[in-house]
Amino acid sequence: MTRKSRPILSMVASRVGLGVLSLIIVSLVIFSAVAMLPGSYASAILGQNATPEAVAAMEEQLGLNEPWFLRYLGWLGAAATGDMGMSFAGRPVMDVIGPRLINTVVLASITAVIAVPVSILLGILCARFRGRFIDKFLSTSTLASISVPEFFVAYIVMMVLAVKLQLFPSMAGIRASMDWGDQLYRMVLPILTLLLVILAHMVRNTRAAILSVMASPYIEMARLKGEPESRVVMRQALPNAIGPIASVVALNLAYLISGVVVIEVVFVYPGVGQAMIDAVRNRDVPVIQACALIFAAAYIGFNLIADVISIISNPRLLHPR
Amino acid sequence: MEATARPTASSRVTRFLRLVRSAPLTAKFGMVVTLAYAFVALFAPLIAPYGEVEVVSRVPFDGWSAEHFLGTDQLGRDFLSRLIFGARNSISIALVTTIISFTIGCLLGMFAALVGGFVDQVLSRIVDALMSVPDLIFILMILSILGGSIVNLILIIAILTSTRFYRISRAAALNVASLDFVEAAKARGEGNLWIAVNEIFPNILPLLLSELGMRFCFIFLNIAALSFLGVGIQPPTAEWGSMVRDNAALINMGDMTPLIPAAAIALLAIAVNFVVDWMLNRASGLTEEG
Repeated sequence: MTRKSRPILSMVASRVGLGVLSLIIVSLVIFSAVAMLPGSYASAILGQNATPEAVAAMEEQLGLNEPWFLRYLGWLGAAATGDMGMSFAGRPVMDVIGPRLINTVVLASITAVIAVPVSILLGILCARFRGRFIDKFLSTSTLASISVPEFFVAYIVMMVLAVKLQLFPSMAGIRASMDWGDQLYRMVLPILTLLLVILAHMVRNTRAAILSVMASPYIEMARLKGEPESRVVMRQALPNAIGPIASVVALNLAYLISGVVVIEVVFVYPGVGQAMIDAVRNRDVPVIQACALIFAAAYIGFNLIADVISIISNPRLLHPR
Repeated sequence: MEATARPTASSRVTRFLRLVRSAPLTAKFGMVVTLAYAFVALFAPLIAPYGEVEVVSRVPFDGWSAEHFLGTDQLGRDFLSRLIFGARNSISIALVTTIISFTIGCLLGMFAALVGGFVDQVLSRIVDALMSVPDLIFILMILSILGGSIVNLILIIAILTSTRFYRISRAAALNVASLDFVEAAKARGEGNLWIAVNEIFPNILPLLLSELGMRFCFIFLNIAALSFLGVGIQPPTAEWGSMVRDNAALINMGDMTPLIPAAAIALLAIAVNFVVDWMLNRASGLTEEG
């Protein structure tokens, strides 16, 4: 009965619980990925020419003789405090990833701060002028641009703005020693590319969210009362569409994650995505694990936020059939 | 067209042709482009002027010429020929992956809807867990550990994508499963697989078709992105994503040749999405209002 008294709280708590559960499952998968390595972990670190004695000593040192769930708990506990172990190259993983993580977060946040208001505005515009030229133009062009591979958008942007017009540097190799203005200047192209990629998704979803509200009878009522269309969209439809729009935004921010990997590689931007690809090429498993864990946690986090927002904004979801 | 065919078949053909004629311009464009790609992919060896891995020039990154229309790539292979063979490789691999994931996802989804109870719960929770990881990251990790062979690539992507088909086919099958003809088949003592394939599948197919097109695009783009990152389809197989990566140095010199495979990827994905969009609009009855 206590559950019934605070339905929203208990629903949100159960969603957070599910999120934590999927994070645990994902971390288990990421951890056990090491076991799938051909040959043992220790010989992977030491290389092909290691003597059996050296491999055994390494296994002892790494604690590989302990049962796997003890190792998993140890790994997870260390990861929670920011210690991801040593990379195969011999540096602590966090030293490799730490500064890059900040770069990626900066890149993604700047993109998100611009993308969210712009996409909501364009989505509203599409819904308000549904079927008119601006809607058809934006719907078709966004449909086209969600079908385009990210690296294509990136190279077109680079070709036009960096190579032909020479407005911006084509490589975004920022360093901590550069001042803020210089760093920002070099980040323009990756940000622009990410914006183009993510805006298309967000505009389409915002438009769909508003239009599905516009199909309800009370909107028809407002129209019959003689309210102007702009007022119907802004005053009647939008408040009810805010929940779906917010959850769509959060979902698209999760989508940003896979886009970021490709775009960092194209522009040689020193972020986590680039680090992950480098690690994949060198088969540096601890670094891959750390990157995968970071990306998965962010992805699950955004999905969780999307879930919670849609529950809070739509109380009907509290009563699943 | 098919005047000699039986009346039912010919009326079906005319109905189909009328449907196609009523399609909006974008959908027609999409169908024509998709057919053109299929043609190129099928007849690649006949169309391509040189072989897929044949080194035809000593000059790498050679410019456009009468001999090599689009120049040569980083190893002196004919760019146009690799582009044409790339159509065959990229499309067929994406197609095989889509079909595998469609089969797995739909069979399991219908099975879960028919059996229900514990089996349904277990399958659905596994699918939830699989859907809570970012695809690209997960595939990257697994491929880097197992090695990037084509079989691994196809299987991993197929399994991850089948979760989408599972969700949609389970939901659709739940609506059909309670209908009389399914009950009748159960009463006749038919097996679950027989009921799924013969009674339920034909009834939910229209719902699944647009999802099929959408997922094909998604898989196609994912494979291209993976190859571009260097972990997808490995050389010397011609593949559009890796062709962009291998020749990317040209872009900084203002040469747009490496962008052609990327544009080829984009064009096919756009074409398929246009057709899917039309089908979705038709299904939701929005055609008149745009």
